[in-house]
Amino acid sequence: MSVSFIDGNALGGPLGEIFAVDVTVATSRCASCGRTDPVAALHVYDKAPGLVARCPGCDAVVMRLVRTPTGAWLDLRGCVTLRIPLPL
Amino acid sequence: MARTAVPGRLSWRRATLAAIRDETATARTLAFDVPDWPSHMPGQHVDVRLTAEDGYSTQRSYSLASADGVELTVQQVIDGEVSPYLVSVLKVGEPIELRGPVGGWFVWRPTDTAPVLLVAGGSGIVPLMAMIRARRVVASRVPFRLIYSARTPGDVIYADELRRPAGGLDVHYVFTRETVRRHIGVADVNTHGWPASFEPDCFVCGPTGFVETVADILVALGHQPRRIKTERFG
Repeated sequence: MSVSFIDGNALGGPLGEIFAVDVTVATSRCASCGRTDPVAALHVYDKAPGLVARCPGCDAVVMRLVRTPTGAWLDLRGCVTLRIPLPL
Repeated sequence: MARTAVPGRLSWRRATLAAIRDETATARTLAFDVPDWPSHMPGQHVDVRLTAEDGYSTQRSYSLASADGVELTVQQVIDGEVSPYLVSVLKVGEPIELRGPVGGWFVWRPTDTAPVLLVAGGSGIVPLMAMIRARRVVASRVPFRLIYSARTPGDVIYADELRRPAGGLDVHYVFTRETVRRHIGVADVNTHGWPASFEPDCFVCGPTGFVETVADILVALGHQPRRIKTERFG
């Protein structure tokens, strides 16, 4: 068994330096299978130059984040929507 | 609190080690002074960043152990890059960088009223202890059950504190390397957790394999997946 993923909770810090809201409590919809999950429950693979978040249902890549010394690359192709809880 | 206002983006803060407490032979609690630390919710974590003189830098996430203030309990990982430094090298008065508090999902709110099941594997106890402590601070009457899997009794973090009787908190241990090698199983969770019909909020924290096992058991016992919150540390 070589599962070495962690939870989307771990995206809180890296996304928190980009966004003013806590994106880990948002609900994301997978572009591959349509399943929805809290971002905090995505499967995150971090033994790489960046962070790769996969769908817990179908394993498709939902989100990729790479931090360089001068910027952040955020790839959201695998994510149809992000529903972010916001009070009026 | 943190949810009603947009808190703004996270940035690195300078933290100074204020006190060290031994928990077990390999785990220590580090208390940091962090100027202007906002309050946090139990279950949240911080990212810690260490930077070497040559500019090489690395970071890890650690759960907050305390209900108030910044206390991290760090289990030394033998080949680790960060934990040996935090556990054995960093001295009181020395600085590190950290950012947080992070994460609004794996948290228990004192306003929540559902019964709570906490399942810890090894140092996965840390964020769950923050929940137990917060429950005590606000004198909550929400019933808590803790199932704590550790190798041996000597590996139990916060052993003294957990031994003290606390109304409404039941603690059950699973020792995996004592007389026989064993893992947490369906019987442990079924007997010492809550029936699914009570609709408890379940928080599971530990190594990835442990969390997978426990989450699968909870689903098999009829718990709704949305009530099972997990934090794996790889």
